[in-house]
Amino acid sequence: MSDGNMNLTLKVWRQKNGNQKGELVTYPVSNVSPDMSFLEMFDVLNEDLVEKGQEPIAFDHDCREGICGMCSMYINGRPHGPKEGITTCQLHMRSFKDGETVVVEPWRATAFPVIKDLVVDRSAFDRIIAAGGFISVNTGNAQDANSLPISKDDADKSFEAAACIGCGACVATCKNASAMLFVSAKVSQLALLPQGQPERYSRVQNMVEQMDKEGFGNCTNTGACEVECPKGISLENIARMNRDYLVAKAAH
Amino acid sequence: MALDSKIPEGPLAEKWKKYRSTVPLVNPANKRNLEIIVVGSGLAGASAAASLAEMGYKVKVFCYQDSARRAHSIAAQGGINAAKNYQNDGDSVYRLFYDTIKGGDYRAREGNVHRLAEVSGNIIDQCVASGVPFAREYGGLLSNRSFGGTQVQRTFYAAGQTGQQLLLGAYSGLQRQVGMGSVKMYTRHEMLDVVIIDGKARGIIARDMVTGQLERHFGHAVLLCTGGYGNVFFLSTNAMGCNVTAAWKAHKKGAFFGNPCYTQIHPTCIPVSGDHQSKLTLMSESLRNDGRIWVPKKKEDAEALRTRKKGPNDIAEDDRDYYLERRYPAFGNLVPRDVASRAAKERCDAGYGVNNTGQAVYLDYAAAIERYGKIEATKHGIDASAAKIVELGKAVVKEKYGNLFDMYEQITGVNPYNEPMQIYPAVHYTMGGIWVDYNLMTTVPGMYSLGEANFSDHGANRLGASALMQGLADGYFVIPYTIGAYLSNEIRTKAISTDHPAFVEAESKVKAQIDTFLNIKGTKTVDYFHKKLGKIMWDKCGMARNAQGLQEAITEIQALRKEFWKDVRVPGSANELNPELEKAGRVADFLELGELMCKDALTRNESCGGHFREEYQTEEGEAMRDDENYAYVAAWEYKDESNWELHKEELKYENIKIAQRSYK
Repeated sequence: MSDGNMNLTLKVWRQKNGNQKGELVTYPVSNVSPDMSFLEMFDVLNEDLVEKGQEPIAFDHDCREGICGMCSMYINGRPHGPKEGITTCQLHMRSFKDGETVVVEPWRATAFPVIKDLVVDRSAFDRIIAAGGFISVNTGNAQDANSLPISKDDADKSFEAAACIGCGACVATCKNASAMLFVSAKVSQLALLPQGQPERYSRVQNMVEQMDKEGFGNCTNTGACEVECPKGISLENIARMNRDYLVAKAAH
Repeated sequence: MALDSKIPEGPLAEKWKKYRSTVPLVNPANKRNLEIIVVGSGLAGASAAASLAEMGYKVKVFCYQDSARRAHSIAAQGGINAAKNYQNDGDSVYRLFYDTIKGGDYRAREGNVHRLAEVSGNIIDQCVASGVPFAREYGGLLSNRSFGGTQVQRTFYAAGQTGQQLLLGAYSGLQRQVGMGSVKMYTRHEMLDVVIIDGKARGIIARDMVTGQLERHFGHAVLLCTGGYGNVFFLSTNAMGCNVTAAWKAHKKGAFFGNPCYTQIHPTCIPVSGDHQSKLTLMSESLRNDGRIWVPKKKEDAEALRTRKKGPNDIAEDDRDYYLERRYPAFGNLVPRDVASRAAKERCDAGYGVNNTGQAVYLDYAAAIERYGKIEATKHGIDASAAKIVELGKAVVKEKYGNLFDMYEQITGVNPYNEPMQIYPAVHYTMGGIWVDYNLMTTVPGMYSLGEANFSDHGANRLGASALMQGLADGYFVIPYTIGAYLSNEIRTKAISTDHPAFVEAESKVKAQIDTFLNIKGTKTVDYFHKKLGKIMWDKCGMARNAQGLQEAITEIQALRKEFWKDVRVPGSANELNPELEKAGRVADFLELGELMCKDALTRNESCGGHFREEYQTEEGEAMRDDENYAYVAAWEYKDESNWELHKEELKYENIKIAQRSYK
C-alpha cells in the first residue's frame, strides 16, 4: 500500500491558554507514511516533542472514526482539511505530497474561544440544543413504535439532517461564523417527523434566540458550510428553518 | 462477604413485573432533596440522567469529552435489538432471552437477561417518540435486519449510524433537563476518585480538565456509566479517551470487579497497517448479512496474495474457502462474534491469511452485488447484461452500506465495490466490568454501574446489537425503578458537606498522584508504556490464552508497572489542559487492570465465549466449557497491589437447559 514516505513542514497554532496570544510555530516532520491518518501524524510529532522535553500540541480528538465530532483542525484554510465529506481523523496522509507545507489552526469564531493550541470551546452548541433541540417526551410515555407510520422519504430526510456530528466546521468555514447549518439540521430533523410537530414553532424560535445570544454571525447564503460539512448536511435545512421561523414569528 | 445477586423470587417471566410493582418509592417532595451523580454520558449515562431528572431527582453529569454528545456510544454502527416481532418471523421475549444466554455461552444471569428482553420493546418506542429516525420501509413502518447469533430479524437501525442516532436522542433528552435546570452538566471533567463515608458512596473527586482544578461533589448515590476497558489493549475500536479509571478507582474502594477476562474481539475490523496505528476501525457486523468471508484454499495463493503477485479477484471461485459457511452451515457468516473471530485466527495461523502481514481475511460483496442486481433487473423488467447487473447491484449495496464502504476506502485507499475488503479481528467490547446485583448496585452501597461498565447481561460473549439495548435498558427502564430501593432509605440523609474528612482525604490522594506523575521526569512517554502493555495483553490475554502465557504476562505487567512509576515522562503542569497527564492516570490504572484480567483468565480453567483457553477445546477447535466447576461469575475483591480475593456467584439455570453451544 505504501508508496514511500514523505517529509512535510507543519505550521501549527500554539496558544498557552485563552488569555495569552498565540502564534504559528514551525515543525518539520519526516518519514511520514501515506497510510497514517492526519492525527496519527500529530501523535508521532507529539511523542517526539515529549521526548525532546517540549510541550506537546493539544488537540481535540476521540473516536477517530469520523462520528464523535470532537476533532476540529483547520488545515490549509479548510476545516477538516483538503478532502470533502470527512473529518480530520479520517484524513490520511496520502492526501498530501512530499515536501508540502501544512498550516494547522483551531476553529476560529467568537462563539468558539480557544482553550489551548488547537482546542476550542464549543459548549455554545450544547446550549442551543438545551434551548429547544428535543422532543419533550419523558421516559415511559411512548406508544408502540409502529403505531406512527412515517413515510420513508420523510424518515430518510430527517435522518440525513440528524447525521450532523456537531463538530462546528460549518461555523469555522463561514466568513460570518454563522451556526445556521448546525441549528437548522436539528430543527429540520424534528420538523420532518410527526413526533416533532407539537413543538415545531416554539422550538425554532427558542433555538434561534439562543444561537443569537451565543454570538454566532448571520447567514449570507454563501454555502461554504454545506461544502465543508463532513456529513453533507444540506443548505435546504437552512431554508426550511427560515420558513418555520417566519411562520413562528408571524403567529406570535 | 457473601455475594447477593438479589434476583427476585418467582417464575422467570414474573420476576421483573412483580419486583417493579413492589420496589419502594420515593415521594416527589423527597426526590427534590436527593442528589445523584452520573459519571459518563453515553447511552447508559445520558438515558439514566434524563430519566432520573424527569422523575425529580437532582442530577449532576460528568464526562471527559467537550460535550455529552461525543460519548463513544456514538460510534456504534449496526443496530439495536428488540423483541418486537414486527417481521412476523417468530421472535418473542423468550427467544431474545434465549439467544442472549446462549450467545453469552451460558455465563449470564437468567433474571437479568430476561428483564433486558422484556424492556427491549419499550426502548424502541421511547427512541421513536424522542425523534430517532430509524430506517423505515415504504409502508412507513420500521425496518429490521439480522445480526450474528440469531435467526430472526430483530435489529432496528439507522443506516450504519445507529449508535449516533440513539445517543443523540438520549443526549437531546439530557440537554432538555439541562435547559430546565434539573441536570447540571460538567463537561471536560474526569472523575478521579469516589468518596465513601460510613461504607456508602457519597460523592466523587473530579478534575476540571481545562483549569486542572480538583473538585469535590456530593451525591446520595453515584452511578458509574463509564463504558468498557478495551483500551487496555492500546489498539481497539474504542475511542482514544475510553478508560477504566472511574471503574478502577471504585474497584479499589470496594466495588468487586466481575469477569475481567471476558473481552470481545470483533471479527470484522480493518487490519493494522503499521506501528503508527492509534486505533482500529470496525466494519459493522451488519456487513456479514450480505458479505461472504473467505481465504484462499491453497497456501501458494495466500503467499501470492501477500506479496501482491495476485489480487483477490484472480482467485477462482473453486479455490476459495468460505470457512464459516463450511464449518457452520446453519448460521454461516452470521455466527456470533467470538466464533467468527477465532475461525479467522485459525485460518491465518494455519498460513492462509492475506494482506502483507498474513493477518487478514476477505469480506466479499461480489455475490451480494450480483444477487441484488438480479432482483433489481427483475423488478424493473430489464433484460440486463452482466455488467448492468453489477451496476444495479452496486447501487443497492451503496444504499444499504454506503457509509461503511466509503469509510473503508478512506482508510485503506482500496475501493471495496471492486475488490473484497480485508478484515481482521480487533478488541471491541468488554463483557466483564464492575459486579452489580439485580438493582445494578455494586458491592459498595449507593454506588451503581450501568451499561458496558458493569458485567451483567452478556455472559462471556455479547451478541451484536445488544450493547445499545443494554445501555438504554439500564438507563431508561431499570435504574429509575431500582434506585428507589436504596434512596427510599436515604430521605433523611442531608447533603453532606464536602469539607468532610473523607472528601479532604480523597482529594489529597488524587493531588498526590498527579504530583507524582509530574515529578518522575523520566525518559519514556506514556504511550510507550501503553503500547507495551497492549502488546502483552494482545499476545497473551487476547483471542487465545494459555496458562504459561498468562503467567508470563503477569510477571511482565508487574515489571512494566514498576518501570512506568520510575521512568514515565509527563510534561507540563497540573493547572492547565494537559492531555499527557490525563493519559498517565489512565495508563496507570490499565497497568493494574491488565494484571487482574490475566489472573482471572488464568483462574478460569475452561473456554467460554470470548475467553478461549487453548488447553480447553474440542477436537474441532470449539470452546469447551466446564459447567461443573466454572458456572459462576468471578467477582474479584481488591486487597492491595497484585492481591485480590476471588468471590464466586453461582449461576443457576432454571429455565434454560445448559448445553454445548452449537451454530452448526
